[in-house]
Amino acid sequence: MAAARVEDVLAAAEEQEAEKRRSVTVEKELELEFDLGNLLALDRNPPPAAGLRGAGPRREAQLRALARDNTQLLVARLWQLPAERAGGPGGPLVARLPEPAFRLPREKPPPRPRPPTRWEQFARLKGIRRRKRTALVWDEQAKEWRRRWGYRRAGGDPARAWLAEVPAGADPQEDQFARLRREKRERVARNELNRLRNLARAHRAATTVPAAPLHPTGHQSREELGHVARVARVSTASLGRFQPRLPKEPAEPPSRSGGKKRRFEPLLGNLAAERGRQLELLRDMNSKKPVLDITRAVNKQLRQEEAEAAAAKGKKQSQRGKRGRRRQHVGRSGKKSGARRQQQQRPAGSGTSSSKRKKA
Amino acid sequence: MDALDRVVKPKTKRAKRFLEKREPKLKENTKNAMLIKGGNANLTVTEVLKDIYAVKKPFAVLYKKKNITRPFEDQTSLEFFSKKSDCSLFLFGSHNKKRPNNLIIGRMFDYHVLDMIELGIEKFVSLKDVKNSKCPEGTKPMLIFAGDMFEVNEEYRRLKSLLIDFFRGPSVPSIRLAGLEYVLHFTAVDGKIYMRSYKVLLKKSGCKIPRIELEEMGPSLDLVMRRTHLASDDLYKLSLKQPKALKPKKKKNISHDVFGTTYGRIHMQKQDLGKLQTRKMKGLKKRPAEKSAEDSGVSPKKSKSA
Repeated sequence: MAAARVEDVLAAAEEQEAEKRRSVTVEKELELEFDLGNLLALDRNPPPAAGLRGAGPRREAQLRALARDNTQLLVARLWQLPAERAGGPGGPLVARLPEPAFRLPREKPPPRPRPPTRWEQFARLKGIRRRKRTALVWDEQAKEWRRRWGYRRAGGDPARAWLAEVPAGADPQEDQFARLRREKRERVARNELNRLRNLARAHRAATTVPAAPLHPTGHQSREELGHVARVARVSTASLGRFQPRLPKEPAEPPSRSGGKKRRFEPLLGNLAAERGRQLELLRDMNSKKPVLDITRAVNKQLRQEEAEAAAAKGKKQSQRGKRGRRRQHVGRSGKKSGARRQQQQRPAGSGTSSSKRKKA
Repeated sequence: MDALDRVVKPKTKRAKRFLEKREPKLKENTKNAMLIKGGNANLTVTEVLKDIYAVKKPFAVLYKKKNITRPFEDQTSLEFFSKKSDCSLFLFGSHNKKRPNNLIIGRMFDYHVLDMIELGIEKFVSLKDVKNSKCPEGTKPMLIFAGDMFEVNEEYRRLKSLLIDFFRGPSVPSIRLAGLEYVLHFTAVDGKIYMRSYKVLLKKSGCKIPRIELEEMGPSLDLVMRRTHLASDDLYKLSLKQPKALKPKKKKNISHDVFGTTYGRIHMQKQDLGKLQTRKMKGLKKRPAEKSAEDSGVSPKKSKSA
């Protein structure tokens, strides 16, 4: 009798437990994927499309039910994480989250390690390792531990040194205090110079690496494309000497500065070329035709003005008044030799691009 | 962009700290979002931007003025803003006859646009319209994505990654269990994406795990995907690359078996088993008689008295 009743009691307790657990369990066809580091749950089950088609409160209720089920599963997982009481036994219950597993792209590329300084290279070569120095030094005079340098250093304040010995081979008339001060100034200046040189080297290494030489979204400017094409041409084993050229590309050796430096012909050299040039000059002066091609010059000027006006209109929002230098650029006639024209022509767009922009 | 490309050497400590915050790091800062209005943004779009700003505070910047740009044609203006305010996520709202109630959500890599997805807002219920209690600002939301479209379709997968990136919030090592109040639920059904935000109420249940009840709160959007501008595969892979230093260091010579036992491995040098130090058994000690039998021609020692 008693045994039967005990069994009944146990069965009833079992029922109650199951009932409680049923309120927090959710049945799903496919298991959800969890990324607890991001508090993320991914449900692959196709949602009941039929129920969600009709607009209105029914759809809201269905969405809400779906959300409730998914949230219940996510919270159940979170509650299974190792938890502790933060800030002592009375504090709030805090769960330790694992590392986020979902791979998301970075904001910026990972930092490049800075290149070693000249001293670091030398030390690595020679195998010199850094010796750790103690923070404090025993000062015999003051009979206590003083810092190695700085305020109240061991060995007294160097500015108050009242004695400067004349070293063995030095001039007796020389001012030793002045010499010490001068040498300190020189040392400081040399250290500063080396530090700046190291910084410049690191900065140069960081900025000149063409990790993505072209703009990734495909909006390349003409200069960028030209630069990249030039670099690509020179990147062959014979440094671009035997690369086939496009029909309109000028045949000249690739210059490292990319055409920024002006090149002048030597003063005394090619007598025949000089003679030819002078004769051509005389011929042009004698001929009745005007050297200046008016139409071309006017067109060029108009185009330049239009470009400047458009640029100024675009910049009007950000600045007051035009801050550009208008270059009086007069075009040369087509009769002159091609090489000379290329040497002496200045780019028309340089006037607008060199003007400073105000910070927005 | 010239002004921003110039290297500025900081003259004060504060400026130095400011620049250090912006330079690339091993473990990155939480991504900031910038919310921009287009030239013809209408009331709906403005309200959406304001609500998302409220959700993403303090990791968001809301620009008050209208900016006349078209992100899909020209990205330089967006990149300029991103560099200025150090934001790598953006949300651009605009409205015109061809694309009404348009929202472009996107992210940047190294201040260049990585991904951009254009979404159309079909229905919007604002924070103000739902008259329920809200959760505090800056709560880390729980994110749930429902629907197999988010796995199957490539564009939806990128959209899922974008939305996680956008709404994730700061990465924390531990979280207060009672503070899990906010959940964002995205459902992809029938070519539409339903975004709903709920406030979580933890009710007592018999066992340790609480029973969840949800209360509608906050912005809810019905979105439809329009144009996309996704990064090429190699650029995306480049952006996903993590530096080696962040990889968790694997402990060598430790292994676990199925039952949970931990095994360790010790590597020893070769040992001469004859010279091992073992326990001394007095009974097995060699008797002097046996010793003399082994040694040839050596006089036996005097035996000690036992």
